[in-house]
Amino acid sequence: MKLTELKAFTPARVVAVSDTSDTDPIARRLREIGFVDGEPLQVVGRGPFGADPLLIQIGFTRFALRRSEAARVTVELAA
Amino acid sequence: MSTLNIALVGNPNCGKTALFNQLTGSRQKVANYAGVTVERKEGTFTAPSGRTVHVLDLPGTYSLDALGADEIITRDACLGQIEGVAVPDVIVCVADATNLRLHLRFVLEIRRLGRPMVLALNMMDAARKRGIEIDTAALERELGLPVIETVAVTSEGTKALITQIDRATPSAPPINAVDIDHNETRRILSATVVMPTRTAKTDDALDRFLLNPWLGIPLLLFIMFLVFQAVFTWAAPAMDAIEASLAWLGGIATQPLADGLLKSFIADALFGGLGSVLVFLPQIIILFFFILILEESGYLPRASFLLDRVMGAAGLTGRSFIPLLSSHACAIPGIMATRSIPDLRERMTTILISPLMTCSARIPVYTLLIGAFLPNTQVFGVLSFQGLVLFGMYLIGILSGLIVSWVISISRREKREYPLLMELPSYRFPNLKSLALGLWERAMIFIRRITGIIFAVNTLLWVLVTFPGKPDGATGPDIDYSIAGRIGHFIQPAFDAIGFNWQICVALIPGLAAREVAVSALGTVYSVAGSDDEIASQLGGLISSQWSLATALSLMAWYVFAPQCLSTLAVIKRETNGWTYVAITAGYLFTLAYVAAFATYQITLGLTS
Repeated sequence: MKLTELKAFTPARVVAVSDTSDTDPIARRLREIGFVDGEPLQVVGRGPFGADPLLIQIGFTRFALRRSEAARVTVELAA
Repeated sequence: MSTLNIALVGNPNCGKTALFNQLTGSRQKVANYAGVTVERKEGTFTAPSGRTVHVLDLPGTYSLDALGADEIITRDACLGQIEGVAVPDVIVCVADATNLRLHLRFVLEIRRLGRPMVLALNMMDAARKRGIEIDTAALERELGLPVIETVAVTSEGTKALITQIDRATPSAPPINAVDIDHNETRRILSATVVMPTRTAKTDDALDRFLLNPWLGIPLLLFIMFLVFQAVFTWAAPAMDAIEASLAWLGGIATQPLADGLLKSFIADALFGGLGSVLVFLPQIIILFFFILILEESGYLPRASFLLDRVMGAAGLTGRSFIPLLSSHACAIPGIMATRSIPDLRERMTTILISPLMTCSARIPVYTLLIGAFLPNTQVFGVLSFQGLVLFGMYLIGILSGLIVSWVISISRREKREYPLLMELPSYRFPNLKSLALGLWERAMIFIRRITGIIFAVNTLLWVLVTFPGKPDGATGPDIDYSIAGRIGHFIQPAFDAIGFNWQICVALIPGLAAREVAVSALGTVYSVAGSDDEIASQLGGLISSQWSLATALSLMAWYVFAPQCLSTLAVIKRETNGWTYVAITAGYLFTLAYVAAFATYQITLGLTS
């Protein structure tokens, strides 16, 4: 499922980050900051308006991602 | 004695700047790299061996991939490919020990450069507190680098780091792996670090509370309200003291002098001019004190998170919040703070609207006009009507900025959104030393401005209103015959439609150099115009009897928009590397100012007549 569909405080893992274009700088930056296959993550917060942006805890870091950015990340529930 | 060049590199939020402050103290200077708007921060310290060590604090980046100006500068500086920047003898890579999963990847990227390198494992105290166990010896073995544990906010570890730097540092071992950084990071982590299952309980609890969908925004507004409340109430005694002591000094300095040109120059241009501006120093320092605390504690990025959608509606991201907040003290540091916005278009939009935020230089103009023309009544028994109007002026500034930004975003051909993708660092206690240094830096920027441009302008104004003197036997007030009076009279017809009399027109000219000067200029204009000192000190009473309410409100509307600050335009020129944005800013702000003042004047006239 997409990261945007993940429920809050549900442990999950990154499956992949998909590029929306040939050179998608956002996808590249996402990989650089640790959104790579197998990384555990959680949604730990949502913005007050339209639940946007999302606050993602990945590893020990918290990132604010807009829903449009988070939609690039495919995740699976952690077993 | 030989000197040693070292460079500090690291991810954003690794505590690199605190470490830099710890190493170099106040022996720092900030400049720009040639041709780009990336800040070049340097400092020095003396190592135990007696060697002078030059420290270059490079911008925090997530990678060396040439995505932005910061990354290119960092990479080129490490390789010694920037003209005028010495090749670093040692690269000190700073990593946050509580966030090694992210930071170690960057360490590996830097290691690939093959330069002599030391890893400073920062925030070791926080890591221990969270139960993170790091086998430093194993990490040294795995990386093939000296690893020093540091706590940047205290001097713990800094000595060890200095000793290590002072020694000959070997080059990082050559690496042939190219794209396995994430896997390599995991392998090293599992071999050297024991992570507790749950970390950062404080962050969790605080974020649940401060970023709560219902509570987050009210809390943010409450915090902002407290900050501005403190700015105005705490600054008042200090401002009174500054005013009183300058008046006292001016009195002493001019006492032995006979009435004449010299006395008038010292009293009006020197002490009067400086005093009218120096009084803002307390407000600026208090506002920045809070901004720095909020920034250092990790709350400001949270505010950006909460406001992202609001800013998004205006075509920006939450990132613009911090520069725009700083612009409420002064647009100059605000515009400089836009450097933290990676997207160029967003940065330019933020720069364009920064001058609309109500900077402290507008406050004396607003307070003068509000105090003179609006009733000091109570609303709901507790709130002061005048205070509410001042608050309204802030809101008008913010709303205008958001509207302008929205117009820019819909008129752009490229509709792509600006990326947010922002790290929210761990909460931490602000470090006193960094706080003090940050405040010192801001205060110096402001004082340099006063002693430079504002002093020059006051002197020029004094000349304009003093010369030529009144001819013998003339009956009108002195200023009517001066150059300033003539200019004021000459341009006044253009401002007739917005209700400005010639005295205001005269005051607007020096007000171009800095908004606050307009108040002292009005004082000069009215006191020179044939009235005595007593009246000059009571400018408010004077103008309230001579101006209409419509004129006063029109002047306030003018001040919301008018680009009455050449220093701001100068900073825009420097930050955007050209005149285009300066012209756009000045042009659109003057247009808005005239239209707003015109509407305000005509509507008020219609309602009050």
